Amino acid sequence: MPLPIGDTVGILADNLRIRKSVLPVSAESVSAWAKGLGLPRGGETILYTGRMYQLIPYIEALNKVQEKIEDSWIADFVKVGRVVNRFINVSGLLAVPPKSMRESCSRILANIARLLGQAGIEFGYLYEEDLYSGALVYDLGVDDVLEAHARRVVDVFKKYRVRNIITVDPHTTHMLRSVYPALIKGYNLQVKSYLEILAERDLKPRKELRLEAAIHDSCLYARHENVLQEQRTLLEKAGIDVREPAESGKFTFCCGGPAESLFPRKAKEYAKKRVDQIKKVSFRAVTMCPICLVNLQKAAGGEIQLEDISSYLVQAYCGG
Amino acid sequence: MALVNPDFVEEVKRSDRFDASACMNCGVCSAVCPMGIELLPRKLFRYVLLGVKDKVLENVETIYSCFLCKLCEVNCPAQVHIAENVRFLRYYMNKKVFKI
Repeated sequence: MPLPIGDTVGILADNLRIRKSVLPVSAESVSAWAKGLGLPRGGETILYTGRMYQLIPYIEALNKVQEKIEDSWIADFVKVGRVVNRFINVSGLLAVPPKSMRESCSRILANIARLLGQAGIEFGYLYEEDLYSGALVYDLGVDDVLEAHARRVVDVFKKYRVRNIITVDPHTTHMLRSVYPALIKGYNLQVKSYLEILAERDLKPRKELRLEAAIHDSCLYARHENVLQEQRTLLEKAGIDVREPAESGKFTFCCGGPAESLFPRKAKEYAKKRVDQIKKVSFRAVTMCPICLVNLQKAAGGEIQLEDISSYLVQAYCGG
Repeated sequence: MALVNPDFVEEVKRSDRFDASACMNCGVCSAVCPMGIELLPRKLFRYVLLGVKDKVLENVETIYSCFLCKLCEVNCPAQVHIAENVRFLRYYMNKKVFKI
């Protein structure tokens, strides 16, 4: 039988309500990427990760367990799991990611911080108070839990007198820029993706990369947040010949990732379709969303080389 | 045979953003849906608007399968907030069916 929808959604919502994150990640893991960078705590302008990149290794580890459970008799026990999870962090126990994956996600965040520094942006960071935005629970329609959590997030911003937020992924950008204003009265924070900021600053590359790569747009950036040209401008200026796969830009094809928490098999099936489209134009591809990256990587199985956009940008604009 | 509950749409909608009634049933959304699920979203919305609650409840998996990718929405000639409408249905399911 498939994963029971109600109990799976319930576990994720309970985690956000009780543990402030859909999958609990320790405070040390959240801010490990910033170690040694000397970023000030808080400030008027902050880099807000929304824990998305930090969560990816845990989502991936849990997803492997879910794939085994899906369509097996064990799926019946998710109901029991939900009850136990309220008291013992079951999802945290099941999701133990490999160190290498945690390190590569940390590297992406450190690269983004370097790029912003290179562009002359001064920003702080919230460290262990860099909370999850609630994106998954929003998508799943658990609005009451989301609203309470959004207030918690905004209270942290108020505590540090934050006015400008730099986001690193499309899900967090969408939540903070388009969803929170409808939930929180008087919400007036300026939210921009780091890609928008880098494009505005007209950064000059220090090294020309001279390679070709397909671009996989995120649905949220392309259709919700109108972040479409910035990534192309930055890549082209970096010396990358940007190849557009079928269904790109505003009409980009979903990576399948949004189905991952409830239907892992379907998620992989749709990711494979996207990988097939990408490989027709290049064996190399860039993503700008951690969910797209991990879902497409899993489906590609090494057939194409997928990298987060920041990996190329840091080589070109920071010189390596 | 299905029971029709004309108040169902009022139960589902949480705000003015629920605008399934603007759907003119042209089928573009179903044609472009990457999931290829014929039910999503126009048939589903029709069930809601007609108050065929049983049919909606029968399709829980479809409602949660939607990627909310909005490919349908950018192609919708009636500019229906399709993804938001699907989210309202999930909210309804969470509350009434799953008691979350």
